[in-house]
Amino acid sequence: MDEGSDHPGGPGSGGAPGPGGPGSGGAEGPPPKRWRALLRDGPAFGPTRPGFWRSPVRGRWTTSVLGAVLLVGLTVVTVTGLLSYAAYNPDLTPVNDKTPDKGLLGFYLFPWPTDPHWLYRLTQGLHVTLGIVLVPVLLAKLWSVAPLFFTWPPVRSVAHALERVSLLLLVGGALFVFATGVLNVQLEYVFPGSFYVLHFYGSWVFLAGLAVHLGTKVPVMVRTLRAGPADAPVPGPGRPAGADLGEPPGLRTPNPAPATLSRGGVLGLVGLGSLTLFAVTVGQSIGGPLRATALLAPRGRASGEGPNDFPVNTTASRAGVGAGETGEDWRLTVRGGGREAVLTRQELLALPQHRAALPIACVEGWSTRDQEWSGVRLSDLADLVGAAAPVWVLVESVQRTGSFTSAGLHAGQVADPRSLLALRVNGADLSLDHGYPARVIVPAAPGVHNTKWVGRLTFEDA
Amino acid sequence: MGALRRWYGAPVSHLLLMAGSFALAAYAGVRLLGGDPVGVAVWFVGAVVLHDLVLVPAYTLADRGWQAVAGLLVGAGRGGHGGARARGTRGTRGEHGDRARIRLVNHVRVPAVLSALLFAVYFPLILGPSDAYLSKSGLPGHPFAGRWLLLCALLFAASAVVGAVRYARGAVADRSG
Repeated sequence: MDEGSDHPGGPGSGGAPGPGGPGSGGAEGPPPKRWRALLRDGPAFGPTRPGFWRSPVRGRWTTSVLGAVLLVGLTVVTVTGLLSYAAYNPDLTPVNDKTPDKGLLGFYLFPWPTDPHWLYRLTQGLHVTLGIVLVPVLLAKLWSVAPLFFTWPPVRSVAHALERVSLLLLVGGALFVFATGVLNVQLEYVFPGSFYVLHFYGSWVFLAGLAVHLGTKVPVMVRTLRAGPADAPVPGPGRPAGADLGEPPGLRTPNPAPATLSRGGVLGLVGLGSLTLFAVTVGQSIGGPLRATALLAPRGRASGEGPNDFPVNTTASRAGVGAGETGEDWRLTVRGGGREAVLTRQELLALPQHRAALPIACVEGWSTRDQEWSGVRLSDLADLVGAAAPVWVLVESVQRTGSFTSAGLHAGQVADPRSLLALRVNGADLSLDHGYPARVIVPAAPGVHNTKWVGRLTFEDA
Repeated sequence: MGALRRWYGAPVSHLLLMAGSFALAAYAGVRLLGGDPVGVAVWFVGAVVLHDLVLVPAYTLADRGWQAVAGLLVGAGRGGHGGARARGTRGTRGEHGDRARIRLVNHVRVPAVLSALLFAVYFPLILGPSDAYLSKSGLPGHPFAGRWLLLCALLFAASAVVGAVRYARGAVADRSG
């Protein structure tokens, strides 16, 4: 909707009388006339009156700048989000697929690459950090258009009614997707269902609303930004904004309060908010000494200096894995090509050992720097049972409870020489929390696909 | 075509865009609502209601309330010349009062907004991490409330220092001018 441009209420309703002047003369007439006036002009006071909204900083320029920032930022967040969905290789095997009903929404899926090995660190770090950084921009954008939520009459035409419904998808979708994401990275699982289901389908509902919003608003935004702020004089501190001849009523208040912040000041405050959130968050995705700078991020806390002192997604105690499952009696079963091999940890250590420097990168956005893993190549284990490439592998943990107790890795991931069944890290045996006796580590794979406490590998023809 | 446009209220391309959008929203929405339809609907609509009817009015009222208090404080600080602040009296003293009030407003407003934003994003950790956080991460204790309060204190202190420097500079400029 081109706000206010087709306002039908005549001069009495759009041009908003000041407080105490409810406008059109109908108010004093006999009851039917009064009712008609109420229908046309809305309640005499309250948020449906343009004069109710008094910030002189609202206007097309402010909204357009915030909209442009969101357009760029949300594009990156959306693309990295869709990439993260693909990174799980949901089409490979049902255990990888948290959204089996996705249907057409999985149209773009592709086998997730193993190069560069920090790919998921980058895409998911961007997704989560940028999402958090955009929170102030989203809230400011909603603030800047708040008068339109209460616009009167609530519905002007069929087209307007549909737009208002799509606005619910847009605003509800944005808040829903941001809320589920922000809560999930803090492991606050209060939302009604599986995070993957809610965040993925919720995003598509949001994108549906966004498509309409972009289709109808981008031309206005581009026009406004092209014209520049000079088109509408900036109200300075202490001075009320002058009448803005270039802008129809809607965003710009007809009853401005004296300004206490300029438009630049408001945009600067939003930027400062984003910067502050960035400063207390990004360290958890950089790791090393900078991790401790992420003062409020869930994984901003420094671990010790030992070889196993880097963050853990799920501890052994949480996973219900103890000495019983991982002690002397632990065996690795390898199946494939119609054969089966059962190996002890000693037997695995006797196989050719290879090294790989790879990070752990979590869907929650945090990651570690490269760790020095060593162990047996997945492709060597496939050879051991005579499973000829190309093969994909189903990795099963001895972990009984929790999500991602098993994961499928596609043929490209199995074939990569850096994909290991790791036995040691940074020169020491794996700690129990990092997956002792053996865990998978694959370049660029999401953290939960690097299965810990592995009990069985099943290679299947790709 | 013209009749359709008049009835609909926008060009036909608008109607096509709407149809495509609602088709996608319905396709994804059915799947979104598949598990716990009532819970998801409450969250989806509740987020809008909470934002538009609680959050926006709450921070607006807080801001307007603070502006009123700041006006009183500046008025009182000027020994009864508060009347000069009023709009319309554009004397030197009035402009100074306005500027002092706006500075006071913003030097509290900015750190308050930043502190509120940090809380809005990280309140689950600040209010005490979930059992899932403690058991999954294995990280002991919860330092987040203390860290947030510390950050709030730093933000307000930094704003106060900047404000004091500006005030001192303004006073010097007044005397030399």
